[in-house]
Amino acid sequence: MGEDVKASLPVPASATPDFSNWSCPLPLVGYPSIVMGHGGGGKLGNELVEHLFLPAFRNAALENLGDAAVLNLPSGRLAISTDSFVVQPLFFPGGSIGELAVNGTVNDLAVSGAMPKYLSASFILEEGFPLAQLAAIVEAMAKAAATAGVQIVTGDTKVVERGHGDGCYINTAGIGVLREGIEVGPHRAQPGDAILVSGTIGDHGMAIMSVREGLEFESQIRSDCAALNGMIGAVLDAAGAAVHTMRDPTRGGLASTLNEIAQSSGVGINLSEARLPVRNEVQSACELLGLDPVYVANEGKAVFFVAPEAADLVLKTLRAHPLGRDAAVIGHATAEHKGMLVARTAMGANRVIAQQIGEQLPRIC
Amino acid sequence: MKYLTEFRNGEIAQRMAREITAIATRPWKIMEVCGGQTHSIIKNGIDQMLPAGIEMIHGPGCPVCVTPLELIDKALAIAAQPGVIFCSFGDMLRVPGTDADLFQIKGAGGDVRVVYSPLDAVELAAKNPGKQVVFFGVGFETTAPANAMSVHVAKRRGLKNFSLLVSHVLVPPAISAILESPGNQVQAFLLAGHVCSVMGYWEYPPLAARYKVPLVVTGFEPLDLLDGIRRAVIQLEAGHHEVENAYERIVTFEGNRSAQRLLAEVFEVTDRAWRGIGVIPKSGWRLSDPYREFDAEERFQISGIHTQESALCRAGDVLRGAIKPAECAAFGKECTPRHPLGATMVSSEGACAAYFNYGRFLSAEELAGAGSALTGAAHG
Repeated sequence: MGEDVKASLPVPASATPDFSNWSCPLPLVGYPSIVMGHGGGGKLGNELVEHLFLPAFRNAALENLGDAAVLNLPSGRLAISTDSFVVQPLFFPGGSIGELAVNGTVNDLAVSGAMPKYLSASFILEEGFPLAQLAAIVEAMAKAAATAGVQIVTGDTKVVERGHGDGCYINTAGIGVLREGIEVGPHRAQPGDAILVSGTIGDHGMAIMSVREGLEFESQIRSDCAALNGMIGAVLDAAGAAVHTMRDPTRGGLASTLNEIAQSSGVGINLSEARLPVRNEVQSACELLGLDPVYVANEGKAVFFVAPEAADLVLKTLRAHPLGRDAAVIGHATAEHKGMLVARTAMGANRVIAQQIGEQLPRIC
Repeated sequence: MKYLTEFRNGEIAQRMAREITAIATRPWKIMEVCGGQTHSIIKNGIDQMLPAGIEMIHGPGCPVCVTPLELIDKALAIAAQPGVIFCSFGDMLRVPGTDADLFQIKGAGGDVRVVYSPLDAVELAAKNPGKQVVFFGVGFETTAPANAMSVHVAKRRGLKNFSLLVSHVLVPPAISAILESPGNQVQAFLLAGHVCSVMGYWEYPPLAARYKVPLVVTGFEPLDLLDGIRRAVIQLEAGHHEVENAYERIVTFEGNRSAQRLLAEVFEVTDRAWRGIGVIPKSGWRLSDPYREFDAEERFQISGIHTQESALCRAGDVLRGAIKPAECAAFGKECTPRHPLGATMVSSEGACAAYFNYGRFLSAEELAGAGSALTGAAHG
């Protein structure tokens, strides 16, 4: 049954998903949208689990449907992370809140040096939210989890009255197993480290902006939303302990992430603006809106601080991975101007790239 | 990114900077009028590339910065009213009024929305007939046509629930005021390219003749700015005072005639108070008689607001070009983008924000140290 259900659920390919051909595999007692009872812990809630979540996420730990999933993990150190997702709109070019919710937590574990294993998924749904959209989100999560090689083993659903939510919020938490011999962290960057980014910056934030009401652009900018654990695994396999710091520059973009690392590690950072990979369409959209791509969010990029002698190897490894084709060395850490990010402009002058005050773009993840 | 990357070529920029160094035999003070130009100069480090004697003075061309505090307080009072949807460009939300900013009004339940065009606010009015929709229309001649169009469309559609809180200001009277102010040091101006894209530059030859100053219509990219500066220096060295156009790909002498016709219909010239500068006669626009019914100040009749400027803030001196932002005692201390005392620290075009965001609180040695370290960056 599970396979049939999956096959019948469409995954939206664009910002305006088409649900016209969607049909519920087993009728959910005739409700086309979420009602308060779906969060009530009774029959309606059970139906959501049995007809939607279980077929999509199916795995042994989840199938017990106990109050907690029971897991077997190898001995050693574990990492745990959690994140909530409130992106608006829920579907955007290149993904949806579903992929974001899985990849966001997977990436937080991966950049901590952990191999992500298990996720939880909690949904806060607004009364009246179309079941077809929920199904598309759940299906996107299932696919993203399969791609990342993680299992969604426990979850929860709550429903709030109409007007008290914004369709669908998702929280995920994840557990990962730390790799042996890897010690990475935002405080471990060292003067002299080469700084690499795995690809073009600003794609996700501008993809969201491009479909916000009143801002529709003609050219499509797609979100870079992706699970980075495979690519990061390849880098750690190749360079091991030469990797000192990894981060995924999500909200606040590359600038915020680099500023945080500079402050945590007590190093200065020198950046070369000319080397920052930025897509033409992203740069153009940023110009139009008066934004700077260094502050715009990414959901499928990682930043690496590595020992200088390992820079070439890491760059080669990144570029050999499908998610790292546009990787570049963008600067280096220094013992000077500690805690600050200084960029060399294309004109040959220097400017400080400060931490963002407030949010440049709200509700992008 | 055609027509942009070509104007950001570092090698050509260095060559132009060397050319300016070769031409200049004396120190000159040149004011860039527009806040957008100020940001580009600081962001790209254009001022660092110029010979020591050429000083850029940052002008008053940041619309958010020169909007009087009293009008911001009025905006806050209107936005806090029930039944009002208050629309603004994003910049305005964080500008501090005497007691609050628009973000705080929004947090307290006010319906404050950021729009990207005043026409979006007109649409909101059409969709929400039970609400009063107000657009905060500030700016120079650049933003005026869109604001004029919003009331024009609202009138045509018979919308009774749309109004404009308007504080438009004009560049030519501001240039006159600066040149006539005692102790003025400005010897040439880079005219604001985008203002001229609307207005053309037919208004400026009388100014150049009367005050004997070179006026150069200038764009915003690094090479545009360097070309504007180069042409101003050539004129200064030769003792000329002409109006020149260094932004020919955008600006014509006549400007956008249909926009100018609409502006003449919707607005009329009025005296305006400039924050930190004072009242400049005939330096702004207000809605003309046929459109007066769309004036939010008339519609809401706000009174009894208490307005008080920060005693520490020297935004007025910054806007007049009398001091550089970092020379203000509060700069980077009591006043930061996070806790701004004045609008110049808030707006994306404000000179104080530009200095702060691009690290002009560092000593020259610190920045130079960063530079030499960067030159050594040979990875990749």
